[in-house]
Amino acid sequence: MRLKSGAFNRVVAIAGVAESDCGQGIPLTALQHQALAAKRALNDAGLKLSDVDSLMAVGFLGLPSLQIAEYLGLRLRFTDTTVTGGSAFESLVEHAALAISAGLCEVVLITYGSSLWSDRRRVIEGGGVDPQMPAAQFETPYGDLSPISAYALAAARHMHEYGTTSEQMAEVAVSSRRWAMLNPKAVMRQPITVKDVLDSPMISKPLRRLDCCLMTDGGGAVVITSAERARDLRKAPVFVLGSGFATSHNTITQMSNATITEAVNSGRQAYGMAGMTASDIDLIEIYDSFTISVILALEDLGFCNKGEGGSFVSGGRIGPSGALPTNTSGGGLSYTHPGALGIFLIIEAVRQLRGECGDRQVHNANTALVHGIGGWLSSHATLILGN
Amino acid sequence: MAFEPRNADIGELTVPIYEGPLPKPDRDSQEYWDAARGHQLVLQQCLDCDKFRFYPRLICPHCLSERFEWRKSSGRGVVYSFTVIHRPPSPFFRDKVPYVLALIDLEEGVRMMSNVVDCDPGDVNIGNHVEVLFEDINDEITLPKFRLREGLD
Repeated sequence: MRLKSGAFNRVVAIAGVAESDCGQGIPLTALQHQALAAKRALNDAGLKLSDVDSLMAVGFLGLPSLQIAEYLGLRLRFTDTTVTGGSAFESLVEHAALAISAGLCEVVLITYGSSLWSDRRRVIEGGGVDPQMPAAQFETPYGDLSPISAYALAAARHMHEYGTTSEQMAEVAVSSRRWAMLNPKAVMRQPITVKDVLDSPMISKPLRRLDCCLMTDGGGAVVITSAERARDLRKAPVFVLGSGFATSHNTITQMSNATITEAVNSGRQAYGMAGMTASDIDLIEIYDSFTISVILALEDLGFCNKGEGGSFVSGGRIGPSGALPTNTSGGGLSYTHPGALGIFLIIEAVRQLRGECGDRQVHNANTALVHGIGGWLSSHATLILGN
Repeated sequence: MAFEPRNADIGELTVPIYEGPLPKPDRDSQEYWDAARGHQLVLQQCLDCDKFRFYPRLICPHCLSERFEWRKSSGRGVVYSFTVIHRPPSPFFRDKVPYVLALIDLEEGVRMMSNVVDCDPGDVNIGNHVEVLFEDINDEITLPKFRLREGLD
């Protein structure tokens, strides 16, 4: 069954957003990050804990939504803990919209938090691999550096097919850093050049250290409710205009064309629901786990033609004062990345659409596209938000 | 701290114990790993739609048939993409880097991950023709790996 065009269009809204404290060496546990972010997001919305009747979370806890709800003293009547890697938080917004529009709950709190950096853990999406799972049998014995090597395999193929260069990928990191320099909360704020990226140590060819996202501590929370209720709350509502989700594989060997992602289909559905095209979008927040991720997503979401992403991101087009503001917080490459970025993409888009972003504010920002990528380019979730 | 292999005492000889990650064969994959131990690369072929599949599984992902046979692969393929790993994923790989991790498109139409070995990592290119070889790890496990085919690129 196909969703009707406009299924969620302005039916629900994001009413509150907040981070905990993000950085490297924040003395908070994963639960503390989520509790603090939840409190601040509810305050941002002007809602009380007792208003919340649904909590959604994805993390590395055994039963994340139950544990976080208990820690906060919440009883739930709806929950979701979709485990699809880095696209999960965009999917949770979609699921919150479904649940609210069906009358299953009224106020959804979405949380994420991790003390990844402080714990010196390398937590990978889908971590704790069963030795009999396909990846453990057919990839790990060959020394894959998951997830970096999977994105490197896609980048190498993109370079081969379209002539994309390391310099062009470096442009993504440079633009992210220029945004981060305008964001007081960003972890990495010293300027970098394309040469700095190319001079950084090779990790998994062609990806160098500065092509890869950060590892930090941090947490975030988002409050979603009906558009009707959101209109009476503290901040101007940011409406969910469209959403889409698509997958093609889990392990990278099963991705038939490593240069074309399912962002094509998640984007198509989101645009269709919103009644928009790429030309209607004022700013973009893409899960920049790696520089190549941004190039692939910009192509597949229709901002440029397939294969032209490398030249498209060059010359500052996606940086501050560029034609297509992208990852305006500095993203996972320069702002924060406590193991998962999805919730922070939503937080930044909401703040931009409210006009709260100070030095990095995008002028006349009315429509934002948020795109999460999970696993090994495996899952894709697109949101279109508007004020 | 450099990796130092532990040694197993087997009578007068000592051989290093392989401490890298190894597959744990299961009901889907046991025949694949048994064949590898005998230096054969085998693939499941569906008896209903004739398609090959990788990795091995109970049900054909193209037609849901449970009928299949194991076929010996030609062992020849082409490099679809590759990366050179410089940062070791675990201490075991510290003295192995840099090495080539590749996606190989086999002649039977399936793709698998492996290493391209017996060459300088700088000699590998996308589109290179490769052929399988077998690296015996221990009594149970042999890993299929690949090398460049001479004179074909």
